Amino acid sequence: MYTVVKRRVLAEAIVLLEILAPDVANKAQAGQFVIVRQMHNSERIPLTIMDFDRQKGTVTIVLQAVGYSSKLLTEMEEGDNLLDFVGPLGQPTEIKNYGTVLCVGGGVGVAPIHPIARALRDAGNKVISILAAKNKDLIILEEEMKAVSDEIVITTDDGSYGLKGFATHGVQAVLDRGLEISAIWAIGPMIMMKSVADFTKPLGIKTLVSMNPIMVDGTGMCGACRVLVGQETKFACVHGPEFDGHLVDFDLAMKRSAYFRQEEAIALHEHKCQCQKEGK
Amino acid sequence: MASKMPRHDMPRQDALARGNNFQEVALGYPLEVAVQEANRCLQCKKPKCVAGCPVGVDIPKFIQKITEREFLEAAQIIKRKNLLPAICGRVCPQESQCEAQCILGVKGEPVAIGRLERFAADYEIAQGCCKPECQAPTGKKVAVIGAGPAGLTCAAELARSGHGVTIYEALHVAGGVLMYGIPEFRLPKAIVQKEINGLKDMGVEIKVNQVVGKVTSVQELLDSGYDAVFIGTGAGLPHFLNIPGENLCGVYSANEFLTRSNLMKAYDFPNHITPIKVGERVAVLGGGNVAMDAARTALRLGAKDVYIIYRRSKTELPARAEEVENAEEEGVKFHLLTFPVEILGNEKGNVKSMVCLRYELGEPDESGRCKPLAIKGSEFEISVDTVVVAVGQGPNPLVTMTTKGLALDKRGTILADKETMATSIPGVYAGGDIVTGAATVIQAMGAGKKAAASINKYLATK
Ligand SMILES: Cc1cc2nc3c(=O)[nH]c(=O)nc-3n(C[C@H](O)[C@H](O)[C@H](O)COP(=O)(O)OP(=O)(O)OC[C@H]3O[C@@H](n4cnc5c(N)ncnc54)[C@H](O)[C@@H]3O)c2cc1C
Ligand SMILES: Cc1cc2nc3c(=O)[nH]c(=O)nc-3n(C[C@H](O)[C@H](O)[C@H](O)COP(=O)(O)OP(=O)(O)OC[C@H]3O[C@@H](n4cnc5c(N)ncnc54)[C@H](O)[C@@H]3O)c2cc1C
Ligand code: SF4
Ligand code: SF4
Ligand code: FES
Repeated sequence: MYTVVKRRVLAEAIVLLEILAPDVANKAQAGQFVIVRQMHNSERIPLTIMDFDRQKGTVTIVLQAVGYSSKLLTEMEEGDNLLDFVGPLGQPTEIKNYGTVLCVGGGVGVAPIHPIARALRDAGNKVISILAAKNKDLIILEEEMKAVSDEIVITTDDGSYGLKGFATHGVQAVLDRGLEISAIWAIGPMIMMKSVADFTKPLGIKTLVSMNPIMVDGTGMCGACRVLVGQETKFACVHGPEFDGHLVDFDLAMKRSAYFRQEEAIALHEHKCQCQKEGK
Repeated sequence: MASKMPRHDMPRQDALARGNNFQEVALGYPLEVAVQEANRCLQCKKPKCVAGCPVGVDIPKFIQKITEREFLEAAQIIKRKNLLPAICGRVCPQESQCEAQCILGVKGEPVAIGRLERFAADYEIAQGCCKPECQAPTGKKVAVIGAGPAGLTCAAELARSGHGVTIYEALHVAGGVLMYGIPEFRLPKAIVQKEINGLKDMGVEIKVNQVVGKVTSVQELLDSGYDAVFIGTGAGLPHFLNIPGENLCGVYSANEFLTRSNLMKAYDFPNHITPIKVGERVAVLGGGNVAMDAARTALRLGAKDVYIIYRRSKTELPARAEEVENAEEEGVKFHLLTFPVEILGNEKGNVKSMVCLRYELGEPDESGRCKPLAIKGSEFEISVDTVVVAVGQGPNPLVTMTTKGLALDKRGTILADKETMATSIPGVYAGGDIVTGAATVIQAMGAGKKAAASINKYLATK
């Protein structure tokens, strides 16, 4: 059993959970993820590690409620237990001194960017972080990101906070200052990662993205997480989740992510009915 | 004479009814039939059947106990050599192992050894399993990586010798392929868990959710106080064909398809939350047991047409004859001497059809089977919504990659001594599919047993 020791609501439908899992905390590194299963009939859900504390033996994850399983997870209370918590999985981010780097987090993608920014800064990089969201209320982890960055830039689609525009506008704004950027990490919705990668490709700036395909086991056994990277099929759970954004076939990845949409809607609907019947 | 009696059929669920449910197909012998079948055995003085069993079960002796209606005794005799008889009685390819050697098979039909083994094991489970006796604790500790048949058997044998055993399993349940691969209708998961509970009763600790190579490593296990390590991580890495369209939505590896259905119980969606999509027309690529399991699962999940697509002809199908027959009876269609060169999709990226070539058979190749030769210009299209790739599995590199000094062969399997199962690292042993490549349950168990015997010797010197 893995106990929730802390719960914090970061924005509407976005929740931070700190979970007691000493073995995972002991080995976790920036860029890795875990797979969780809440109860006996739950799916195995992949979630990126937002933070870890080896002393306390905890791992922190940030969840956005998008479907039935993630919604149930965001409803967990402190003291509740998760049935399964597997990790750390995937390859850690390659951390070294690159020079000046950009860490771009879109929406809930700010969470996985956090440990990467911290590790890069600890390695001597100048870290400029860009936090992007639809509006002011959906900007998360601003304080935490400030603490691990030399500078932060905020963009919102509607201009309610920071610069008006998408994540790419933030990147543009930084580049306009004439800074030499050695590498960019961009994590967030698939469409945002694609835009950033498309934007930086002609500029020749190394851009890493963290792919979030549908997964089952997370250990290389099923191949559900296949992504096409430079014409080569890779398993995101073993070879990734981080890949060179200029080589990823995002269109295919987006189609693959949508494959179970109908079933996901059924799960949400059926279980809502169940809860209503049971008066929950 | 008893041997003149024909071999007894095992009752099976009706072919039409069973195509719609996940309950076990083969129903097992009723008690009286078991006794009659047991009576067919000649009780040979030099029983050939035993040589055909990779773990050397004392076949005539357990069969004799069944004739004497000493069913629990019969189970105990099997268990001396084989701790998972309810599983082996169901999934061993008996026709090429113990039964292939039975003397009665020379002129007629062999004794139904597997069915009798299953009967005795099920009888014991129904009565409540007896706990195998363990020797006094030795104070030695062994870590076993992987809870498939190899790891489970090794762990059980070591526990019996009095060692402290901990199993590290990557998934959230123990059992390996028995849980995630072989479908419920061939091997009920409750049976697997009952046999595994027997291990827990013997004091074996099973730690699930532990991906070795990530959360810990072989070296760390040795450093943290284990006196020896056994690696039984199987051949879980799915192979694909590398043809265009293979990453379209609706193309599954057999592992993914079966794992969704078996381990995650997607057949009970939405009560179990993991989804699976089958569509109306399903093509399964390959002709082995894994392909048959995937095809029969697809039918049960509601597909209208399910095709086995195989490059060679029926005689070369690597699946067990019984499984091919079951699949045919349930309505699986066979497109033989056919294989795809490309999978085509629609605008959503979903599979819509496959372009296939027809094949003819040429001279036998290294494997002794006739080589399939593509017929030029024979392209044709089959419309399908789902493709399941079942063309084999290789070793998963998570453990081997992270273990310094572990000698591997060029396929990535671990090099282990055939007799002792010792690897290139002192105190580290390996067995099962991670050594042989994809093989059988009983072979994996045999390897686990041999390794346990060597580990025993090794620990005595430490
Ligand atoms: C390596 C990895 C790391 C991840 N890290 C995080 C994280 O830190 N925080 C977080 O909130 N989520 C993260 N995700 C995504 C998370 O796993 C999915 O949101 C979750 O599985 C959805 O489950 P569900 O049943 O609630 O939704 P579903 O009912 O499965 O889906 C609901 C909607 O979300 C879409 N969707 C489903 N899966 C994904 C996906 N993988 N990516 C994008 N859209 C999807 C569906 O198309 C559908 O529209 C990560 C995924 C991966 C593979
Ligand atoms: C669909 C299917 C049907 C089959 N049908 C039959 C049949 O009818 N009869 C028959 O005899 N054989 C059959 N086989 C083959 C048989 O199941 C295998 O040969 C046998 O299971 C091998 O046993 P094993 O213990 O070596 O490996 P596995 O059963 O593969 O078990 C390996 C275990 O190790 C775990 N593991 C892997 N990596 C790690 C890691 N890094 N850390 C921790 N744990 C790890 C895995 O999760 C798994 O639980 C079938 C196989 C499949 C796939
Ligand atoms: S374990 Fe398998 S091969 Fe051995 S006797 Fe039993 S069924 Fe036959
Ligand atoms: S060879 Fe056949 S008849 Fe002889 S002991 Fe074995 S099972 Fe019985
Ligand atoms: S999730 Fe199964 S192989 Fe990656």
